[in-house]
Amino acid sequence: MDFERLTQSLIEPIRRSVISLPRTTHDALRRATLEEEEIGRTQLEAMLKAIDIGIEQKIPICQDTGTPTFYVSIGTAFPGFCEIHQLEPALRRAVQLATQVIPLRPNTVHPFNGSNPGDNTGFEIPQVIWQIHGRDTFHLTYLPKGGGCTNMSQLTMMTPGKGIRGVKDIVLTRIATMAGNPCPPTVIGVGLGGSDVMCMELAKKALLRPVGQRHPESFVAELEFELLEKANELGVGPAGIGGKTTVLDIKIEYEYRHPASFPVGIAVQCWANRQITVSVNANGSVEVIS
Amino acid sequence: MILLTTPIQTEAVRKLKVFDTFSITGTVFTARDAAHEKLLDLYKNGSNPPFSVGDLPCFHCGPVMRNNDGVWEVVSAGPTTSSRMDLFEDQFMDAFGTRVFIGKGGMGHRTSAALQKHGGIYAQFTGGAGSLMAGAVKRVESVYYLDELGIPEAIWLLNVVEFGPLLVTMDSFGQSIHQTLAEKVSINLDRIKKSL
Repeated sequence: MDFERLTQSLIEPIRRSVISLPRTTHDALRRATLEEEEIGRTQLEAMLKAIDIGIEQKIPICQDTGTPTFYVSIGTAFPGFCEIHQLEPALRRAVQLATQVIPLRPNTVHPFNGSNPGDNTGFEIPQVIWQIHGRDTFHLTYLPKGGGCTNMSQLTMMTPGKGIRGVKDIVLTRIATMAGNPCPPTVIGVGLGGSDVMCMELAKKALLRPVGQRHPESFVAELEFELLEKANELGVGPAGIGGKTTVLDIKIEYEYRHPASFPVGIAVQCWANRQITVSVNANGSVEVIS
Repeated sequence: MILLTTPIQTEAVRKLKVFDTFSITGTVFTARDAAHEKLLDLYKNGSNPPFSVGDLPCFHCGPVMRNNDGVWEVVSAGPTTSSRMDLFEDQFMDAFGTRVFIGKGGMGHRTSAALQKHGGIYAQFTGGAGSLMAGAVKRVESVYYLDELGIPEAIWLLNVVEFGPLLVTMDSFGQSIHQTLAEKVSINLDRIKKSL
């Protein structure tokens, strides 16, 4: 496996991830303009214009180009699998290089003294989340997540007796109270069950499912749809100054839980729902999938 | 659309009301959390800030910048979440007399009271639209505390032409679109919860 080539190959997908949006998100924003009255429409039009400028001039749509997370899905039958311990350093170099050449905003700062290494890395940033399967494919997703929306994340260790109604209450209350802070219309990832940590990971991973795509299990899909409809009755609106489009979508992922615990995790993504997935070849080249 | 120029004129700002839209031509300075702390520390120590903080609009923003052979250029520069600056803005107005704040997401009661006291406004630019804002920047006039604070937190003085549209969401009369909307949303939430 040519890891040096992989580092180089990732620069263009990282660039593409911050200068444009996934088609499903872009389409959802366009559709929302038809729903809104003037005040909300003006905000959505500014967002769409910012996307057009991003694509035309190849500059980041939003100045907050996020902190980087990579989701790795790799098969043990992938030709370079035995050398895969070299992947994390290669991804780290890709982020450092991308920060310089695109450029990205150097976001990571030391929590004690505020110093900034200038290259978007930390001890284990970019974070790499692994999924290993038995096939011969290797997919990588890059998720640069902004600070404004991430500040609205929430973990509630709900009393289990409150049940699914309690979940609805927590999610809708969060969307109402965070108002315009996370740059609505947002995409909401909800994690249900698991441990505390698993629950937040599920919530964040839920954001990777394309806008408009429902959960494969109908009882989950129905809850997603109900929450989506009700969230958009709240009236927060685009940019949080009133309107019908408060969320573009709500995604739920779940796991079995301890009988005494019902973790409810909420991960919030701004309208600039930036992410990109590539398929990696053994020679280090990549192809954008979505 | 109303046009504000810098140095900011007190009367022009007092006339602005919520739902007015305006743009700015002149100089704005960026300031996030660390920059506010830095300038307030200077004030508390009796030192003068390196530029006239009271004459210019304060833009809650940490831009993406590019250095082309020693000349700084703005790449993308939308607003950051303003509520974080609720910790500082009343002291900031008392110290420097700054009267125009630009950001996103709105600010709270403490800032609203200070805007009334000083005849100031808070205006919102569409969050996330950093590429759109960058088009209004003609050049970077100067930068302060870059080595100490890094690119996002440094204070950038940006020369802008028709930076906007900016929507007044909090005015000097104590009105706040954010507050009014939060009350409406809270009523909607209570109604929806009953139907769950």
